[in-house]
Amino acid sequence: MATIDAANLGVPMAILAMAAATYLTRIAGFWLMAHVPVTARVRRMLEALPGSIVAATVLPFVLQSGASAVFAVSAAAGAMIVFRNDFAAVAAGMLVAVFARSFGF
Amino acid sequence: MVSNSNSDDAPYWSRAGLVEGVRLTLPALPSVTVFAAAFGTLAAQKGLSFIEATVMSAAVYAGMAQLVAMGIWADSLTLAAVTALFFVTLAVNMRFVLMGASLRPWLGKLPGWQVYPSLYLLTDVAWLVATRYRAGGRSDASVFLGSAAVLWVVWVAATMPGYLLGAMVSDPRRLGLDLVMPSMFVAMLVPLWRGARRAMAWLVAGVAAVAASYLIPGYWFIVIGAIAGSLTGGLVDGDD
Repeated sequence: MATIDAANLGVPMAILAMAAATYLTRIAGFWLMAHVPVTARVRRMLEALPGSIVAATVLPFVLQSGASAVFAVSAAAGAMIVFRNDFAAVAAGMLVAVFARSFGF
Repeated sequence: MVSNSNSDDAPYWSRAGLVEGVRLTLPALPSVTVFAAAFGTLAAQKGLSFIEATVMSAAVYAGMAQLVAMGIWADSLTLAAVTALFFVTLAVNMRFVLMGASLRPWLGKLPGWQVYPSLYLLTDVAWLVATRYRAGGRSDASVFLGSAAVLWVVWVAATMPGYLLGAMVSDPRRLGLDLVMPSMFVAMLVPLWRGARRAMAWLVAGVAAVAASYLIPGYWFIVIGAIAGSLTGGLVDGDD
């Protein structure tokens, strides 16, 4: 469906470029941390990293998605605290989202 | 989780770990399926062939980057267009750099020839599953690999019907499918909780990310927020 001649090579090249860029990001951090001395401070930074990634990913999304998303992730967190189970957390999040949206939130 | 790094904490591989990784990933599969199908549909609309769309899912294997790439996909893929795709992909996937860095204290004890190929399959969900498992004090690296492998299979497999059938789920929002990933993410904060003092870093990360999402175009807000949180974590005095 790629019509022009350039596109015949263009698509494989594009896929290759995207795959290379992605693999680079996947290994760069792991590789880099082998060359950074892990002091007590760096260790604390690494410990704070997972939760920070989670917060930085979810909070902007939730605020942009509105009240239903706020209810849903709150329900997910609540279910996780009570049941300590990811299935329960995801189910609670989806159920509350469907419920809230059916009421127009 | 990094703090109790004594010798019996060393990472290892096991078949049971692979199965455990697959099991822990099951809650994410519905949304991954819909996400991949959405990419397939979009790729068909942009004029990619069935093979091209499938190969892209298999080789690139990064949902957000693939969707963004379809957004800027040019009919004529000149060298400039391919270069742009390279850098946009780099930017969208910058969060993987941080995820990889956070895996170092755990997987760094394995030989590189085992870790670097495994990292080809690093995605948000596999990182999430592995990190959550690791926070429980266990260290079987196969949990990461099992999770990553099943996600790859589902991602590639779901691209195909998405391409062939068009949008399978007309409105994922009404089914709450857009909230599967955020729910999993938020649920992960529970086992990661180490007291309000440590959670200061998360708060800074969240606020910085929200601010960045308004001020800076593109997908930099995740990386900016995460680095702000990590720096805060480094500055808060350790109580251990």
